[in-house]
Amino acid sequence: MSTVAASAPPAPQAFKSDYKPIWCPGCGDYSVLTAVARAFAILELRPENVAVVSGIGCSSRIPAYTTCYGFHGVHGRALAAGTGLKIARPDLTVLVAGGDGDGYSIGGNHFLHACRRNVDLTYIVMDNHVYGMTKGQPSPTTEPDWNSKLSPGGTGLRTFHPLVIALAAGANFIARAFSGDPNGTAGMIAEAIRTPGFSFVEILSPCVTFRPEQREWKQQVRPAPVASTDDPGRAARRIITDDGFNIGVLYKGNRKPYQPSMGTATKRLTDLEAGFAI
Amino acid sequence: MSAGKAPTTTGGKGRPGRTPRARNRKEPVAKSSVSDEADFLARAWTMEVEAAERYSMLADAMHEHNNREVAELFRKLARIEQLHAEQLLEQNLTMHPPVLPPGGIRWGAGEGPETADPGELHYRMQPYHALQIALACEKRAQSFFAGYARDATRAAVRKAAREMAAEEGEHVRLIEEWLKRTPPPDKDWEHDPDPPAPSD
Amino acid sequence: MIDRPSTGTGTKGPSVSLALTGSGGAGVMTAGNILLEAAAQSGWYGLMVRSSGPQIRGGEAAALMRFAARPIDCLDDRYDVLIGIDWQNTHRFADEIPIDAASLMIGDPDQGNPPEIFVKHGSLQASVPFKQMAKAIPGGWPNMIMLGVAAALVGLPAETVKSVVRKSYKKGAEGLAAGLSAVDVGFAVGQTLPAVPQVPTPGGRGAPRWLITGNEAAGYGAVRGGVRFVAAYPITPTTEVLEWLAPAVSQLGGALVQAEDELASINMIIGASFGGVPALTATAGPGLALMTEALGLAVAAEVPIVVVDVMRGGPSTGIPAKSEQSDLNIAVSGLHGDAPRVVVAPNSVADCLAATQWAVHLAEAMQVPVIVLSDQYLGQTRAVVDRPADVSFIGERVISPAHANDYRRYVITESGISPMAIPGTPGVAYTADGLEHNERGIPSSQAPDHAAQLAKRERKLRQHDYGDRWAEIDGEGDLAVVTFGSCTGAVREGLARAAEKGLKARLVSMRLLAPAQPERLAKALQGVKRVLVVEQNYSGQFHRYLRADFDLPGEVRSFRRPGPLPIRPNEVYRQLTEWSRA
Repeated sequence: MSTVAASAPPAPQAFKSDYKPIWCPGCGDYSVLTAVARAFAILELRPENVAVVSGIGCSSRIPAYTTCYGFHGVHGRALAAGTGLKIARPDLTVLVAGGDGDGYSIGGNHFLHACRRNVDLTYIVMDNHVYGMTKGQPSPTTEPDWNSKLSPGGTGLRTFHPLVIALAAGANFIARAFSGDPNGTAGMIAEAIRTPGFSFVEILSPCVTFRPEQREWKQQVRPAPVASTDDPGRAARRIITDDGFNIGVLYKGNRKPYQPSMGTATKRLTDLEAGFAI
Repeated sequence: MSAGKAPTTTGGKGRPGRTPRARNRKEPVAKSSVSDEADFLARAWTMEVEAAERYSMLADAMHEHNNREVAELFRKLARIEQLHAEQLLEQNLTMHPPVLPPGGIRWGAGEGPETADPGELHYRMQPYHALQIALACEKRAQSFFAGYARDATRAAVRKAAREMAAEEGEHVRLIEEWLKRTPPPDKDWEHDPDPPAPSD
Repeated sequence: MIDRPSTGTGTKGPSVSLALTGSGGAGVMTAGNILLEAAAQSGWYGLMVRSSGPQIRGGEAAALMRFAARPIDCLDDRYDVLIGIDWQNTHRFADEIPIDAASLMIGDPDQGNPPEIFVKHGSLQASVPFKQMAKAIPGGWPNMIMLGVAAALVGLPAETVKSVVRKSYKKGAEGLAAGLSAVDVGFAVGQTLPAVPQVPTPGGRGAPRWLITGNEAAGYGAVRGGVRFVAAYPITPTTEVLEWLAPAVSQLGGALVQAEDELASINMIIGASFGGVPALTATAGPGLALMTEALGLAVAAEVPIVVVDVMRGGPSTGIPAKSEQSDLNIAVSGLHGDAPRVVVAPNSVADCLAATQWAVHLAEAMQVPVIVLSDQYLGQTRAVVDRPADVSFIGERVISPAHANDYRRYVITESGISPMAIPGTPGVAYTADGLEHNERGIPSSQAPDHAAQLAKRERKLRQHDYGDRWAEIDGEGDLAVVTFGSCTGAVREGLARAAEKGLKARLVSMRLLAPAQPERLAKALQGVKRVLVVEQNYSGQFHRYLRADFDLPGEVRSFRRPGPLPIRPNEVYRQLTEWSRA
């Protein structure tokens, strides 16, 4: 831990690195980056004690745009890497980030088990209902009638409902945010990080290149009509019936986080030999 | 999750359907929460600084996408806002920036009134579009100060707000002039013959 | 200075081999384990290999055992004794239990005739009514009768056997009494049976010894090397590595997480290692295949990890409970892109400890993934071994201090190794990336950056001083046998038999499979005119690798067979003698 107690906590700008994002101008992820930096500042974190872990995709580029430690891994496995990091280093704040393809498609299995395992980390998904990096294929959250080259006429498949699945799988904190309100998003991310256990924040973040109609999202989102609940049944009814545009913290539970104790040995290496000695 | 009535579009061609335009936003903060002049100054200063930082970020985004003209314009706007922030301190005989709570000022809903929305950008946007964004920012700032000039409880704050509203009014006028000197966007300003290219 | 294996390994002195078989619930494995432990207590060396049918419970089972007064590393060519509590489906073991006219086959007359496939060898046959005898003892079990018979046959003292029974019996006082009586009854019967080769009485208790499996040894080597985070998914024949590690790593202040799949396992350990904690996973072929993408990530981002692969019959699901050496290809060249990494192969049950510990050291020192190629034979064989010498190295990562001036995570250095910033250290935060990058870790598609980083990652492995541990080299002569892993035991014994007949040959058992060190192998084979490459797979993966990446002198032959049957000492002996006559 830093002993530089005298210095003021870093301002949001201190969490943004010098590397310029390659996101398309207009992309919601710029605001998410702003929100993340603001959240870290609100929590008075220091960049060296935060790790941002991501997979592959446009949103997954975010770690290097922060001044925190970053891990840009392979497609779909960010939650696994973040889980290993947090269990091994419980002193760090671990933020796992990615998009809807990385998180709900190839990463789907790890998403389920991360919710179930309830390690104390926060997962943000910048959901734009499309695979942006690979030029515009449907993702699990894309509407069934969205036309694309790989699925002409639309996939015809029901969309993935990440918040419902997160709740069913055991996530302890579930929220939906919108990149068009970066301060509101910052507040939710800060609360998510503050809440022990697995915190999931799905962030609607428009892709202006492949889903330009998502610029209309700002007309469609609304604050969630009810305050968050700690009753999974009530949360389930609300989430499963919402239209995907209710913004706010929707569920906040009380599950104890999973964290094996690290660093306290009860035996020495030589003690273990006894099991083999004749 | 229902789809809403969003129009369907072919992915992969890079032909978005809308002109980026500054949109109306709600008033960001309740006026009665400003309890004294120092707090008001902190908000005003933060507003300028955040506007400057945002224009800088927009400049970087446009620079990375090889739209030099607009990048330079945003860079200029960033410098102007930074100057406003410094002037605010000088005028109030305070050389040191105000101390802010961790994470910065909490605007009520959304961001600072003068902060441009990064969602408004388009990589092919032209200077005219950028100035429209700036104009909307200045108008919001003017309206922000006008609100305090009208409703702040303390006379000193009302006076300061009147002066700043006038300042912002001057900025509005300057940008309007600037717009008049700027060619309107080309008919096919959005057009890009090349398809998108992935890198990851 | 390397620790030498105990002298006389697999070379001099007689041994006795016996096979215990029976079907579901007969308790063959329990009896075998007690016998092995009694042998250990008596100062003998020995090993036990388990073989079973595909059923989880109730399947046919065989305990394949060998005892000697000196360390042994492989099964013999034949069995002196075959005991069947019953014969249900035990014909399936025929290939694994070679017997001949000199063998003694014992069965329960009430359980039917032994399978023809055994009978046809013309072994001496004897009857012991295990079931009837067990019934005569209240609470008695046939396998304990068999245990007594086996102990008497090989010359183990009954009292030693009974003391092991006392220690291990979990069923309560009455069950224990019955067990002890059964052993006595069986022992008495065993003494009336035809004699089998006896193990000479060992000299007094010398060096300390262990009873251990390769999987347990690998686990212990891992924590000795400094591993304190393990994430893994169970898979045959690896699960025992995890079962041993789970309490151990936790007692040492670390953690083991059972992940949802192998993809999670490998990515979790990469995350933990990025956080500064030495990390390891263990798997088998199918799991290693799933892990290849993330292995490449660890190579590219220069994150140290160790992956223990306990090889089994392949391809695909293959033969999960049997040994084979067919993952060499994927280990040395199975990653996409040019992705150099280290591959280490333990060559005995005891060597699993030092090899895994070495793997952790290499991974940490060079910030690279290391694959430990063990196999089912090494992993699941329980053996009496001389306590391995302590080795002094533990993993040591080069770490960046806080606020290092102009810190560049992937800075080009002469050694190729660049200091790693550990999260929590101020002033040197960076983003690790699987994307190709420049010295600062920023993604780059530029030619000079790619060339520089590729060279860095290759150079750091090539220039490392691996010391003498890279291979075990024994003997002289212009004929050499080159092998790796579990074949080493049989090769060593085959060479010893050839030496007794005056045939001199060299053994090179390679422990460091990758990176290839052609100059060192060339030096080890100086003066050699004939090279026999021995391995347990169908296509000759090792042979092909040696021919591609090394220079082999003179004439080269490949002796190979896929699993499930082990290479036996006499096979090696015959290959050598035939070739030397030609």
